[in-house]
Amino acid sequence: MLEIKNLHVKLEEEDKQILKGVNLSLEAGKVHAIMGPNGSGKSTLSYVLSGKDGYEVTDGEVHLLGEDVLDMEPEERAAAGLFLAFQYPVEIPGVGNMTFLRTAVNAQRKQRGEEELSAGDFLKVVREKAKTLKIDADMLKRPVNVGFSGGEKKRNEILQMAMLEPKMCILDETDSGLDVDAMKLVSEGVNALRDAGRTFLVITHYQRLLDHIKPDVVHIMADGKIIKSGGPELALEVENNGYADILAEVA
Amino acid sequence: MALPDVKQELTAARLDANAVPESGAWLAAARADAVARVQSMGLPTKRDEYWKYTDPTTLTSAQAPEAAVFEASDEAPLYDTIDRLRVVFVDGVFDAEASDDLTLEGVTIERLSDAGRADIHWAKDLYGVLETKGQIPVERPLAALNTALATDGLLIHVTGTPTKPISMIYRHKDASSDAVLHHVVKVEAGASVTILENGPAAARFNKCMEIDVADTGAFHHIRAQGRDHERRAVTHMFGRLGTESVFKSFTLTANGVLTRNEVVLELTGDDAQAHVAGAALGDGAFHHDDTVFITHDAVNCESRQVFKKVLRNGAVGVFQGKILVQPDAQKTDGYQISQSLLLDDDSQFLAKPELEIYADDVACSHGSTSGAIDEDALFYLRSRGVPKGRAEDLLVLSFLAEAIDEIEDADIAADILGRLEAWLERRRG
Repeated sequence: MLEIKNLHVKLEEEDKQILKGVNLSLEAGKVHAIMGPNGSGKSTLSYVLSGKDGYEVTDGEVHLLGEDVLDMEPEERAAAGLFLAFQYPVEIPGVGNMTFLRTAVNAQRKQRGEEELSAGDFLKVVREKAKTLKIDADMLKRPVNVGFSGGEKKRNEILQMAMLEPKMCILDETDSGLDVDAMKLVSEGVNALRDAGRTFLVITHYQRLLDHIKPDVVHIMADGKIIKSGGPELALEVENNGYADILAEVA
Repeated sequence: MALPDVKQELTAARLDANAVPESGAWLAAARADAVARVQSMGLPTKRDEYWKYTDPTTLTSAQAPEAAVFEASDEAPLYDTIDRLRVVFVDGVFDAEASDDLTLEGVTIERLSDAGRADIHWAKDLYGVLETKGQIPVERPLAALNTALATDGLLIHVTGTPTKPISMIYRHKDASSDAVLHHVVKVEAGASVTILENGPAAARFNKCMEIDVADTGAFHHIRAQGRDHERRAVTHMFGRLGTESVFKSFTLTANGVLTRNEVVLELTGDDAQAHVAGAALGDGAFHHDDTVFITHDAVNCESRQVFKKVLRNGAVGVFQGKILVQPDAQKTDGYQISQSLLLDDDSQFLAKPELEIYADDVACSHGSTSGAIDEDALFYLRSRGVPKGRAEDLLVLSFLAEAIDEIEDADIAADILGRLEAWLERRRG
């Protein structure tokens, strides 16, 4: 699904190398998790993959289903099946949540040469998916993320994911700012989307989220590199002992 | 104090260029007064403080600069789906054939050119009267010039609540037309009216509207200024608000090489409410000036000024807004915001927000900002698959939303929004 080879990235504005040779191979239908201390480059990886400005790729390649991603605009990556659930979803006053969702869905369909969804069809689908995430009609009508609580914002991210049906989903610290109930709801939303043709990359600080979204593979990232990979037990090890042991082990 | 020679010459030349129209006694007297006011004030030049950010030269010249007529597109006219009473002016000349019959329950509508022939008329107490009051403390000579020279306009006496809005449509067909129209709206106690205006009107348009809203009366106004790129307009609204009355005005401006919209309101009765809002879109040769002066002269009144401008390719936006709170106007709630979205480094926004408060128990706030498109929001939209151009448009609409929200009627707001979206889409090509 997603192949990352020797990815080196520096900040555009200053001479600071953030990613120093990331290698990851994410197969279809799997859930991979990335854990790591603050400043290890986890969020940078998610931004570079989705095409945010301000980063310069100095070396390496990224392919999504065989296509070179790094040459694409963010909207092209989205249409190709990439989705990033933001750590801090952005508020957009004056643009209704529903309008935003429909614009996004139809923009992707158009880029893929598919027919746009009619207002009626769209409404039917969105209502059904919103219901399972406990997003009410009022939240759909309100401006995008404006006045939403932390939990509502994250649920709204998952609703977008459910509507856009991406192939490669990146979740950037989706658990941050969530209480136990909200985490459960969000996780259920993610689990409902697990599918043989869909891959997840879950970035998190805590093992807690991985109790709900069970990963197939866990990677530890430190100082811009993946330093260790393993099964779900690796997340438990981090939870119990912190990163110090692992860092010492590879040093 | 004698006027400087330059001003005297300028003023004399402008007054000579148009004859003061023949009128009956009441209007002839008002016009003669206005001519005297123009002569004593002199027309503005760019050296006047009040015209520091907007050069009035082409608004005061004897001849109107030419303005090409904008090619009509195939999109539906504005307000097309709104049931309304249409009154059409072509280059400032009333078009009876294109207009509806001027009868509507709850209101009497007369043309200035007819009613002005009478010797006496109710409009005598308002025509040029509110304008004259509005000359203090800041002079507005182009409004006095309008009172002197207006060839036509509507005198609207609202006694009830008409079932539909009165829609003034200003068409522009002659590339060198110079139109001067003056409307008077008198809203009686408990009555309510909605006035719509749209169209470029003329190569150069000087329009004045005087509005008297009696106690508990309501005046709603939604205007869309025409899209002709080369047209010039100077407009004035002078409003006087009685107890518990409502005044709400919204203006959309897209294109136009020069626009100066002045709104001068006086809240004279307790618990009155005045909202003035504007959304302007400028691309290239576009200079747009909102100049607003709201005087609170009664207790517990609320006023709001919400002005948003989107500027690119060297477009210029100006805002001069003032809230004046008189010593007795306790419990005043005044709000003023002026913001620009600058889409490139060439465009500019010049703002002069002012508060002058003499009462001690008031809540007044004001703010003014200039900024670029929010890059984080842009990336967020693009990461969802929305192409860059469309994402920028959505953020422009997001920026303008607070001003558009001031339109109370949902159908009219939808129509205005549609016009905005079409403008953005055309720009995107």
